[in-house]
Parts: sequence; structure tokens; C-alpha cells
Amino acid sequence: MNELRYVYAVCRPFEAALQADLVGVGGAPLKQLEHGGLVAVLSRVPEADFGYEPLRAHLEDLDWLTATARAHQAVIAALTTVTCPLPLRLGTVFRDDSGVRTMLEDEGDQLRELLARIDGCVEWGVKVYAEPEAQQAPSEPAAAGQAASGRDYLRMRRTRQQGADRLWARADSFAQELHTDLTARAAATRLHRPQNPELSRATGRNILNGAYLVGRSQSEEFVECVERTKDQEPGLRVELTGPWAAYSFSDPNGDEEEAW
Amino acid sequence: MTTASRLPDPYGQSGGSANLADILERVLDKGVVIAGDIRINLLDIELLTIKLRLIVASVDKAREMGIDWWEDDPSLSTGARRREVDRRQSDLTRENEQLQARIAELEAGQGTRGRRKEKASDE
Repeated sequence: MNELRYVYAVCRPFEAALQADLVGVGGAPLKQLEHGGLVAVLSRVPEADFGYEPLRAHLEDLDWLTATARAHQAVIAALTTVTCPLPLRLGTVFRDDSGVRTMLEDEGDQLRELLARIDGCVEWGVKVYAEPEAQQAPSEPAAAGQAASGRDYLRMRRTRQQGADRLWARADSFAQELHTDLTARAAATRLHRPQNPELSRATGRNILNGAYLVGRSQSEEFVECVERTKDQEPGLRVELTGPWAAYSFSDPNGDEEEAW
Repeated sequence: MTTASRLPDPYGQSGGSANLADILERVLDKGVVIAGDIRINLLDIELLTIKLRLIVASVDKAREMGIDWWEDDPSLSTGARRREVDRRQSDLTRENEQLQARIAELEAGQGTRGRRKEKASDE
């Protein structure tokens, strides 16, 4: 069976050993290929799955994609514990080792530049959710019963509406303030699109979805700063994820922020 | 040399079960784009990303696509309240029209009876 090379990340050479039981996509063992002061972390994958046509077909399959994405992330996460890997996008595949070497040669300058930018840093994800129901529940014991009159009903509705309006306004200024505060503690920042609860399975509406590039030695302080805001505002939930490899900071186009 | 020793414990990915949306957002949409030998990477994954966005749609995207359930919930949206008022108004308008039609009908009925009476008195 013909085998291709799936490359997960490019790093500087590192000495620490990876977890012994760490495997890549499809359970294959990981290999390091060094060229010109750069290391490509890769595993062998069957051409039957990662050749042009099969890969195209697989990418349409959300279950396959989920498994592959988790395997990809598991390798990147393991690398993050021993070095600062530059993660490649899912599905970066070469015919053989010499194809990988050619890539390291051709893209070397750009890769080195990107590696320098993220050196010593990890990425933290911070999301803010607004939860109108959670906020209203205690203040509205009457809502469960019937309104005594049409006027009561309208008054109740108005109160609920005003509560929701106030929550959105508060959520907006809270998110902006938090983002400004965290940006001051980060080497770089990216704003991602808010997530839809269908896929994230999170409750509430995602108001802020930010990624922050933070030095490893500053990470503890950064995390404490986020933790402090967690119960600050009723009806708003702050969620922290990480440490991630610097996924969101691997674009060569500098520090342009993505639209909300 | 950087090490992981000072890193706080992982958040939000306990047991390697990080939120799928968080993983896909990064693995599919971020990370360095390098043209491999299997040149499917850029364009096709971009297409797939667009498809995923239909699932991971943002609020604005969702609105563009016509997914706007929260706008129909009066407790979440002023737009829904406005529509609620509009709906009540159109209910009233319709009721008004029905009543006017009924009155016209009754008046017309009286009119014919009246004319019949006139006819009868003529004879």
C-alpha cells in the first residue's frame, strides 16, 4: 500500500521526548524530519484515504473530519508541552519525505519568521456568553402563573424586554472592556466569529470569541485575570480555553484583526 | 529554552474532549496554509469551511441566512415586540373590516326590505 506524509506542524529542533504512546491520524507513529534548522512533525497515512479523490470525499464527511481534527489537535497539543509548534492546517499532505524537505526548503524563510513571532507563547481562547433566561429566572416568579389582567401581562412583557435590552447593552460593554484588558496583557490578539450553539453545545449567546497570544511566563497572570471576571456580572458567562498552540497567529498577514 | 513547566493546567479541554467547535475553528480555519503535494488544501478546505460556517454560523451570518429565532422571541428582541404590536394592529384592522362589512350587510338587508315595503304600499 502506498503511503503519503501528513505534516502536523513545523518546529525548531527540540530535545524533550514526546509521549511514548502518542500517535497521529489513523494511529500511525509520529516521525520528525529535520531540514535546514526546521523540524517537520509527520506521520504516514494511506494514499487510499489521503490521495486527492479520497481526501476530497472524506472532507465532506463530518464524522471523519471530526476524528481527523481531534487526532491533528492531539499531536499539536502534545508538541505544545515540549516546544512552540507552528501548526499547519488540517490535510497538509506530501508524496514522500523529499516532498516534505522541499517544502521546508522553499517555505523556510516564512516558517522561521512565523516561528519567531510565536516563540515562547501560547494561545488562550476567551469567550463571553449572555444568558438572558438565567438572568431573568429569579426576578420573575410571576411569569410562571397567569397574568391577572391584560395590563399586568403587558407590564410583565415590558419588564422582561427592558431586562433583555439592558443585558445586551451590558454584555457589549463588558466584552469590550474585557477584550481591551486582555489585549494589554497579550503579545497579539485575534477576534473570531461568535460560535453557534448547535456545534459548540454551549448555552447562551456568544458575544465575544477572542484569541490571545500570551508568553508562557505571563500565562498564569493572564488566566488569573480571566478568572477574576468570571462571576463579576450576572447573566454573563466567561469561558477560558487553552493553552493552545498559536493556531490563530499563524497567518503571515501580521496583526490584522478579523471582523467580529 | 521554553518549557511547559510554568503553564497553568488546561482549561476547557479536560480529557481531550475540547469543544468540537473550538477544535474545528482552529484546525480547519487557522494554522499555516502550505500547498502540499496533494493540492486539495486551500480551495477545498476553504469550501468546506464555508459549509461548516453554515453550522458554526455567526449571528450576522445566521441572520443573512434567515435563521433569526431570537428575533421572534419578544423577550430577546425589540424587533419581535414591534412585530407583535403590528400583529395586534392588523388583528384589530381585520376585526374592524369584518364589523364594517357586517354592518353594510345588515344595512343592505334593511334597504331591500324597505324597498319591498315601498313596493307593497304602491300596490
